[in-house]
Amino acid sequence: MELDWSALGQVAAVSLGVTVAVVVVFALGVLGLSRAEDARQEDGGPTALGRAQAGLCFLACAAVVGYGLYLIVPQFH
Amino acid sequence: MDHITFLVAVVIVTALAFDFTNGFHDTANAMATSIATGALGPRTAVLISGVLNVVGAFLSTEVARTISGGIVDDTLVTPGMIFAGLVGAILWNLLTWLLGLPSSSSHALFGGLVGAVWVGAGSHGVHVDKVVEKVIVPALASPLVAGVAALAATYCAYRITARARRKPVTGGFRYGQIASASLVSLAHGTNDAQKTMGVITLTLISAGALGHDAGPPLWVIGAAGLSIGLGTYLGGWRIIRTMGKGLTEIQSPQGFAAETASTTVILTSAHLGFALSTTQVVSGSILGAGLGRRLAEVRWGVAGRMLVAWLVTLPSAALVGGVAASVVTHGGNAGAAVVALVGAALAGGMVLLSRRNPVHAANVNDSHEVRVGSAPPAHVGTAA
Repeated sequence: MELDWSALGQVAAVSLGVTVAVVVVFALGVLGLSRAEDARQEDGGPTALGRAQAGLCFLACAAVVGYGLYLIVPQFH
Repeated sequence: MDHITFLVAVVIVTALAFDFTNGFHDTANAMATSIATGALGPRTAVLISGVLNVVGAFLSTEVARTISGGIVDDTLVTPGMIFAGLVGAILWNLLTWLLGLPSSSSHALFGGLVGAVWVGAGSHGVHVDKVVEKVIVPALASPLVAGVAALAATYCAYRITARARRKPVTGGFRYGQIASASLVSLAHGTNDAQKTMGVITLTLISAGALGHDAGPPLWVIGAAGLSIGLGTYLGGWRIIRTMGKGLTEIQSPQGFAAETASTTVILTSAHLGFALSTTQVVSGSILGAGLGRRLAEVRWGVAGRMLVAWLVTLPSAALVGGVAASVVTHGGNAGAAVVALVGAALAGGMVLLSRRNPVHAANVNDSHEVRVGSAPPAHVGTAA
């Protein structure tokens, strides 16, 4: 029996990295939404910055979802 | 169709029944946390998951070429053994569902086959080293990896959003959960429906109804996809309750972190050719997400019972599979009919027993406990 420890290590490292990255980026996006809300409620000030942050972050997450779909659907490769 | 003997027909029906319990048992994997956090209504969640499982079944072109991924010697396997193994897997899936325990459907299938081949063909038919490599090591490693990833991600998510407003946080992560849960469902359909297709196709090949190297006929793909989709849609609410509410109280950032961790572990492992149990990965993620939020309560008693279920899944299914195989080997068609009847009676008994304390879409989030009626499990067969 041969265990492929390096493949196991890769699964562990990639999974940890990707999960934390996606969740952090998504959380930053949510934070952007919250900031836009703050700006709107407090002084009616500019909400564009928060919204841009949210948009960029969610776009990045959508790209990762797209890559996930690519991996799942065999017709794509 | 004169190649389709009585036994082959029975195997096909049993394989589809297993596929149904597989979907039904595993709805929780994709949807439990989304249902618990309110990201999706219970009915909507199982509908999405069911449809994506059917889509996944049709998408996967690479059908399993071996029944077991090498853990038993496929050349020694007869339709009778496959039938016995499937019966073991179905009964174990139903028992763990009755108790509300998330356990691996793949392990149940492997266990049933191992037991049936061990009894039917002798111990040399079982590759013990493969069992360790393909089942035991991933079973230990994958929930751990998923759990650590979900823990770290949950911690970061709460840290980043600590001073943000509650409403966009809860709402935002709920939307994220819909996407991550859908990916888990789709990945599940491409993997698990394919196992049943492989079993049916290889049975047809061994009976001479299909040529060697034949792919699954369209009706096999359709039937397997529909069984798993229907099972998913009906939903194993008892297991959904345990995973969404029983292990820990899940909030939407935790649900998103857990589902993201599960999806990544499943996809990276599949990419590198590891077979693993979706159920165990998801359970690990949920526990990790529970630990990652400060002050979140993890119910270790529930986690402990789940762990015991994981440990005994393979041997228990193997035991049932072995007993069924000895009846089929010695009794021929009559033996198979007896096994089918006894299996159906036990299954019916468990379904009736579940009615004493039903869990369904309307009450799934009401409690965190899954109770079985007052009758002890020994009376399962006579509960009717």
